[in-house]
Amino acid sequence: MSWGSASEFFAMGGYGLYVWGSFGVTAVCMAADALIAVKRHRAARAQTGENS
Amino acid sequence: MAETRFFTYASPPRFYALAGKLIPWFWTAAVLLAYAGLYIGFFKAPTDATQGDAYRIIFIHVPAAWMSMVLYLVMAFWAAIGWAFNARLASMVARALAPTGAMFTFVALWSGALWGKPTWGTWWVWDARLTSELILLFLYLGYMALVNAIDDTRRADQAGALLAVIGSVNVPIIYFSVKWWNTLHQGATISATAAPKMVATMLTAMLLMTLACWAYAFAVVFTRTRAIIAERERDAKWLNGGTA
Repeated sequence: MSWGSASEFFAMGGYGLYVWGSFGVTAVCMAADALIAVKRHRAARAQTGENS
Repeated sequence: MAETRFFTYASPPRFYALAGKLIPWFWTAAVLLAYAGLYIGFFKAPTDATQGDAYRIIFIHVPAAWMSMVLYLVMAFWAAIGWAFNARLASMVARALAPTGAMFTFVALWSGALWGKPTWGTWWVWDARLTSELILLFLYLGYMALVNAIDDTRRADQAGALLAVIGSVNVPIIYFSVKWWNTLHQGATISATAAPKMVATMLTAMLLMTLACWAYAFAVVFTRTRAIIAERERDAKWLNGGTA
């Protein structure tokens, strides 16, 4: 696939809202899930008084 | 150091150390695979003849839907092992899997709705595939609520295991729903018995994204398992500067 321009790429043939809405929300969800897990681990380690 | 045997890593301290070493590698793999998958998916795969570029949602929709089902079965498996053999680590892994599984289930439903609107003309239909996937989300949420509602940790693990195992009957229902009932949803994308019904670049992108999701799931679930171990073994000597 060769996109003519950046705006053509972001338009996704008129389906930009649906395509980027899917990938955007997915990225946010995956980042949030990972961040919550990392924070939970840090909090648990802080309780033990040592970090690693 | 004792010799490494089959159950060596069933010991929370050993698993904690091993997972800590593996997590950066899983993150590296997830990022590289996602980069390759997105590149091929968005720059190499051609525009679909009937669906236009809306079909590109497949590169996250199908991997997320697969992960939602596989992670549930893995969760039910470890929950059952933890219950049957009184293996603490297995129960902790089961708990660590639930939020990531629920997240992938939500992503599958969300991307499915955004795919359904332009192709079917509707965000949602109460058909077998969509409804059973929604039930999967409620099973994950129910499992998390149940294990968090019971104060006695091991009793909570057991109650959660019962729910997880009974709920696993839903997974084959999701998988075969497109065969058993009439539905708007298309059939299986990949099957073991037939040639893939898509061009090679599309298939490659989808499989790379699936592997990226696997690596991501390992990284996050191991991180959460380490958190749960640290929470439960708060007073253990090995966590507080003792030898592990």
